[in-house]
Amino acid sequence: MTKVIVKGKAQGTVLKTTNPINFLGAVDKKTGIIHDQEYDIFKKTVKDSILVFPYGIGSSVGAYTIYSLKNSNAAPLAMICKKADLSVASGCALANIPMIVVSNEKFDSIEDGKEIQIDTESATILN
Amino acid sequence: MELTKEEQSALDGEKGDALQTAYRILVATGEATNAEKLIPIKWAHLSGVNYNTIGDSGEEFLKTLSQDAKVKVKTTLNPMGFDFDHISDFKHIDDDFIEKQKSIKDSYIKMGVEPTFSCTPYDIYDLPEKDTQVSFAESNAAIFANSLGKLKTNKESAFSALASALTGKSPYSDMRKDGTNIPLTIRMKLDNPSELDFGLLGFFAGKVGDSSVNISGVSQPDRRSCKALCGGMGTSGTCAKFQFIDEQETNSEKVDFGKEEMGKIYDELNTTDKGDLITLGSPQLGLQELSDLSNMLKGKSFQKRCMIFCSRAVQHQARSLEYTNEIERAGGEILSDCCTCLTPLIDKSQTDAVTTNSVKGAYYLKNSTGVDVNLKPLSKIIEDDTK
Repeated sequence: MTKVIVKGKAQGTVLKTTNPINFLGAVDKKTGIIHDQEYDIFKKTVKDSILVFPYGIGSSVGAYTIYSLKNSNAAPLAMICKKADLSVASGCALANIPMIVVSNEKFDSIEDGKEIQIDTESATILN
Repeated sequence: MELTKEEQSALDGEKGDALQTAYRILVATGEATNAEKLIPIKWAHLSGVNYNTIGDSGEEFLKTLSQDAKVKVKTTLNPMGFDFDHISDFKHIDDDFIEKQKSIKDSYIKMGVEPTFSCTPYDIYDLPEKDTQVSFAESNAAIFANSLGKLKTNKESAFSALASALTGKSPYSDMRKDGTNIPLTIRMKLDNPSELDFGLLGFFAGKVGDSSVNISGVSQPDRRSCKALCGGMGTSGTCAKFQFIDEQETNSEKVDFGKEEMGKIYDELNTTDKGDLITLGSPQLGLQELSDLSNMLKGKSFQKRCMIFCSRAVQHQARSLEYTNEIERAGGEILSDCCTCLTPLIDKSQTDAVTTNSVKGAYYLKNSTGVDVNLKPLSKIIEDDTK
């Protein structure tokens, strides 16, 4: 099952984490660098990636972090989650970042570092 | 999600940019929560006020939005970066920060938002009747509203609550409906838990729970511990509601929260055994908490700087009841309109480590402010750090 939360198209390299992301607490809003060492993508940047993560957690202000990333040209090109939380959904809606929710199986099958394409019009993810 | 003709025309931009933006957000959050329609809400509580958290792009967004946007329902809002009455005491905060913070404050006021600057709206206003639909973005307030106030809200995001304020509507998600089944029960195994233990329990529950959890093995504690539980839970996960139950009442899956689980969370958040500065409040303290603090401080003085955060409304009440006298005599600094979390009043160029009883505060002090944290209950802070 693939569900479109925010429409759009994107092509880029997957940055995948198994950690739910607290955008306010763990992501630098100007550079996109993950600065919480509890994350398996610590010190990596979400900039220009297809960010694949289970779901967003924590502060409601995380939505502003996503909007700020976009304005600083440090946002992911698209986001793929297992579960849609309101901070990520609304942040992506305002920042115009395509966002989709996929099944656990699909989520597990997406590999870190791979080049993929997303097109919400045809609801496809191409490896 | 189905929209009415009027809602669709607003989404298409026929009622101006502000409402188009608001409906775009509601459509995305409606899809995210599998809602079939939008329903009216009575009260919105906004986050995204502190310049430290929303930055230049947030400040500019609100300035543009406030040109033609007005809130449609009662709307309160979260703390900002600092207390304008005391800003001259904090020389390290530059003029640019002060100017941007003022712009954010003015934008919200222009839109008709009540300038409460508090993460504890439930300590300022009487809550409306049971089952009233509200949209609270501040996570501790949303959890408090659902769990203790018996209201109905999602754990809203800053933008979804703002969209609700501007339209008076929110997606009709599962959290807004009756009788959803709670799939997980946390068995509290700690004896005589302090407010810190409840904060840690909340942080644990947020990690293991989905949208709501049961808590067994303990009855509803006092308000300070309840607020700590809400604060901790809101920080670590997506959980928006808890209820205290008897373990026998449920067949749900069960997990224990005992010494081992508590210790693990404590070690994740506590990074030192001594702070140079104490902060009390996240969530901001209520009137009863200030009264208790004033009693605990009788004849004692803080041996290090102590910042005490409460809402402006609560500070006024506490002053008229003279709870503040003993606290200020003991050296406590009472600050309003801001809170431990992400305030620029605490800066790592001047502070290495902070002592607090707040699990939520500890998370943001450690990860965002970038200082070390010493977590301990209020009783222990008074014992160790006053004379």
